[in-house]
Amino acid sequence: MRYADFVSFTYASLRAQRLRTALTALGIAVGIAAVILLTSIGEGLHRFVIAEFTQFGTNIISVTPGRVQTHGASLGAVNTVRPLSIDDALALRRAPYVQLSDPVVQGNAEVVHSGKSRRVTLYGVGPDFARALKMRVASGEFLPPDDPRSARAFVVLGSKVARELFGGDNPLGSRIRAGGERYRVVGVMQAKGQVLGFDLDDTVYIPVGRALEMFNRESLQEIHVVYEPTAPLAEVEAGIKRVLIARHGAEDFTVTPQQKMLDVFGTVLDAITFAVAAIGGISLVVGGVGILTILTIGVAERTSEIGLLRAVGSTRRGILLLFLGEAALLAVLGGTAGLLLGWGAALALHLVLPALPVHTPWSYAVLAELVALAVGLAAGVLPARRAALLDPLEALRSE
Amino acid sequence: MIRLTGIARTFLVGGEEVHALCAVNLAITRGEYLSIMGPSGSGKSTLLNIIGLLDRPNAGTYELDQRDVTALTDDELARVRREKIGFVFQFFHLVPRLTAVQNIELPMVLAGIDPAERRQRLARLLGEYSLEERANHRPDQLSGGQCQRVAIARAMAMGPTVILADEPTGNLDRHTGQEVLSVLERVHHNGGTVVIVTHDPEIGARSHRRLRMLDGAIVSDEKG
Repeated sequence: MRYADFVSFTYASLRAQRLRTALTALGIAVGIAAVILLTSIGEGLHRFVIAEFTQFGTNIISVTPGRVQTHGASLGAVNTVRPLSIDDALALRRAPYVQLSDPVVQGNAEVVHSGKSRRVTLYGVGPDFARALKMRVASGEFLPPDDPRSARAFVVLGSKVARELFGGDNPLGSRIRAGGERYRVVGVMQAKGQVLGFDLDDTVYIPVGRALEMFNRESLQEIHVVYEPTAPLAEVEAGIKRVLIARHGAEDFTVTPQQKMLDVFGTVLDAITFAVAAIGGISLVVGGVGILTILTIGVAERTSEIGLLRAVGSTRRGILLLFLGEAALLAVLGGTAGLLLGWGAALALHLVLPALPVHTPWSYAVLAELVALAVGLAAGVLPARRAALLDPLEALRSE
Repeated sequence: MIRLTGIARTFLVGGEEVHALCAVNLAITRGEYLSIMGPSGSGKSTLLNIIGLLDRPNAGTYELDQRDVTALTDDELARVRREKIGFVFQFFHLVPRLTAVQNIELPMVLAGIDPAERRQRLARLLGEYSLEERANHRPDQLSGGQCQRVAIARAMAMGPTVILADEPTGNLDRHTGQEVLSVLERVHHNGGTVVIVTHDPEIGARSHRRLRMLDGAIVSDEKG
């Protein structure tokens, strides 16, 4: 039998039972649509989370005081954690591959300007903060490169703070009070929006030394270290540890590369995507059972036709292939419909809920189609075998 | 052309052996018009099925076109059926979802014959069996006589060695039966070999060689 004849014969027998074919294909379509839709949401979530983190750059390492331990410290244990100081941050600039290091401390403070006041998140940072986190200044400049231990009293406003305190006026050069001290505004940041629940625009930035005094703290909260993008991460990490251990005498700090966090997130999110794909896969299996049922009925109904095909010269293998072909075609039709259905649903979902990140990973779509085909073939094997093993004479008599 | 020697066929029915055919010897030459008659259970259909390679004998040898086909594999039998045997059934056995012309084309499709060649043969067959006007009708839109003409055209599509007709008029009224019979006779006139199994003595009388069967044996073989 020629390939084109095979396809058209198979297609004709499916067409002869339109409703039945449509319903059976629908079973597969629903399964594929579920896989596509669920993986689209999973992948969208993945991309969303990764994007939230990578907007600050990926070649950044966070150094925090205290060592993360796997078991809790017992009561009364002597606290041997030394604070991370501004000097530590400056010392880290000498570590290999390090481009920038920037000390950070964070707190809340009230900012006041001409009778208006607002409680905002206050960051004490070094002059490289904006560069380290790839944040941009909308007007003016970021904090100047003063010695962080004795910097001038300058402040940079987040876009929302600037709007709330100054309305349409240009805040550059104005004086405001932050935490009771007087600061001169030297810059306004570009709007950044919310990142994982934090409003990055409702913030002000002042030199880190002044912030430590304002909050009466000894230790920084964090040091951001930016390294050369092409540098080997393990060596960068080792260099940072060497510098700090030399200064502290012990490893009483934690080094967390952004890249490692991304890897962990990536692994977790991939697992979620895979899990939801597997849930969709269950409905695909149900669709496969539908094909099995319909084909079994089809073989019983068409016994006499099978007898005739055998009489006019079809081999057992020929009969087997015809029914497998029908199963595969059903699955592929259903799979294609499901692809469109799932993709359409994902798009519709994205239109209705723009906040919900949706992205259709084409590798999963292709994989789902292949799985549909495999399910169809697997479901077709039993009925097709039954058809092929019919005795032609008895099959002819079945009418 | 067809030579059966010592063909026996037994069935097991309820644990008992039933001899449908016992030691049948038969030779059919090219261009014969032969009828097989006999009461129900005399073995005439079993004989036809063995000639048609749909059934295998328990003993004896069957030569078709000087080739021993007794011991062929299932696939080889299918191929021989495709090339050399044309079946005409009492109940037509047309595929209901296919049109008349597609039904006639079916053996050629299964044999993988080139579409251009198929079109040529189909045009000839439709003309020969006066089916041009009904070519694109499905079996449920055809009369019984037309259905059987489609079935005969299908049987002739591969240019078979022999046409085997099992009660070809059994499902038709008298007039239509005569018409179908004359179609089969035309096949014979054009040089084809036709074997008809029938109950109807009138049909038997029209053939040129008449076999009578009884209890699995050929009891008479008249010519003329």
